Amino acid sequence: MPAPIIKVDAISKSFGAFKVLDGLSMQVMPGEKLALIGPSGSGKTTILRILMTLEKIDGGHIQVDGEQLYHVERNGQLLAADERHLARMRQKIGMVFQLFNLFPHKCVMDNVTLAPMLTKGVARAAAEKRAMELLDMVGLADKAKAMPAQLSGGQKQRVAIARALALSPKIMLFDEVTSALDPELVEEVLNVMRKLAAETDMTMLLVTHEMGFAHDFADRVLFFDRGRIVEEGKPDEIFRHPKQERTQSFLKKIIAAGHRV
Amino acid sequence: MTQWSGYLGLILQGALVTIELTLMGSVLALIMAFLAGMGRVSRFFILRAIATAYIEFFRGTSIFVQLFWAYFVLPFAGLSLTPLQAGVLALALNVGAYAAEVVRGAILSVGREQYEACTALNLGRWQGMRHVILPQALLVMLPTFGNNAIELLKATSVVSLISLADLTFQAQVVRSQTGSTLMPFLSVLIIYFALALIISWGVRTLERRMARGLDGVRV
Repeated sequence: MPAPIIKVDAISKSFGAFKVLDGLSMQVMPGEKLALIGPSGSGKTTILRILMTLEKIDGGHIQVDGEQLYHVERNGQLLAADERHLARMRQKIGMVFQLFNLFPHKCVMDNVTLAPMLTKGVARAAAEKRAMELLDMVGLADKAKAMPAQLSGGQKQRVAIARALALSPKIMLFDEVTSALDPELVEEVLNVMRKLAAETDMTMLLVTHEMGFAHDFADRVLFFDRGRIVEEGKPDEIFRHPKQERTQSFLKKIIAAGHRV
Repeated sequence: MTQWSGYLGLILQGALVTIELTLMGSVLALIMAFLAGMGRVSRFFILRAIATAYIEFFRGTSIFVQLFWAYFVLPFAGLSLTPLQAGVLALALNVGAYAAEVVRGAILSVGREQYEACTALNLGRWQGMRHVILPQALLVMLPTFGNNAIELLKATSVVSLISLADLTFQAQVVRSQTGSTLMPFLSVLIIYFALALIISWGVRTLERRMARGLDGVRV
């Protein structure tokens, strides 16, 4: 049994008086595809943002790839990590956002090559060659010179995926990546993710409302409610035979809203 | 008529001094604006404090007084400036303080999601600022920078008080020598206005060029 690549231990996080994560613990194995589902405000997006170091934690510990994420060990003591440690840990993790967050003043190619050139010192020619491979993989090789504003939502999101992949992270975080898309554009993004799952052994964590996709895609599904994991299991167990009453009522509401499970 | 052309030459000489002051003042003001504006959003308290003190002081005191200090008081501290140097310094520090707030506002106007994308791509603070935030903020700053530059152009007339022969100074000279009021003052009015128009047009052109591609229509 290999060691988990992510170990979340008793993380708590509040926004003001609202406790969004309440002693959350979870583990993710290398290469695992994980779907995080649950009502909004349940903390599933927050744990992704915490893994990307976009939010600070109030308490608890996280290990990524065998190292503490928010702490450094010195003389047997765990101290708060400095920016240099965080920057090193971020190399292991990539994230794709709900609203793409492309750089609007840079063309597609520059969006993809900027970070590898700046953070890894990759030469422009090598960065562009790799970017073309990635753009080809997401089906947008012909859009390399386009500006983000000229792309559809689905195309933007595929560029955002290529941009995150360009840094070759071990772990990819997908935060509701199809929620902002027109329905007819959702599939092109999901197809890229299926391809990614099939062709790489990257660990992927996915927050989604696409229950059908979560069912087909994930090795394991975590159901979040009020800052805790209420139920977890294989997709079939969660979607076909949920044990917890809260999971059942959530799925019932989702189905009533017209989502395919 | 030949006499008038001689006087017009005098006024045009003054216009050159005004243009010189405006250009040098704008460049230095721009540098001050970025230093102080970025100091205002720094995570270091001391930089924020220095930037805030500079901005409040130079916005809060009159440009006349600042000019007099630069020209008449600084020599007592061992720093003697030529009228041109004093003029550029006072104008740039004054307008730079206003423009610093423009820089700060524009940086803060760039959405949080852009900063988050920088973090997710592991860009350092300065890398993100340099390659992602500032290029977008610059577009927000430009129209107000245009205003600031025109303000600076008009404020150059205060240097006539330290006997620098700028446009306004030369108009006074021509008026006292000819006894005519309309001709010198009408010419300087037109020249100031023309210079301001050139600034407006230049900034607008720059704005259009920089916005190219951002809205998906103009490429």
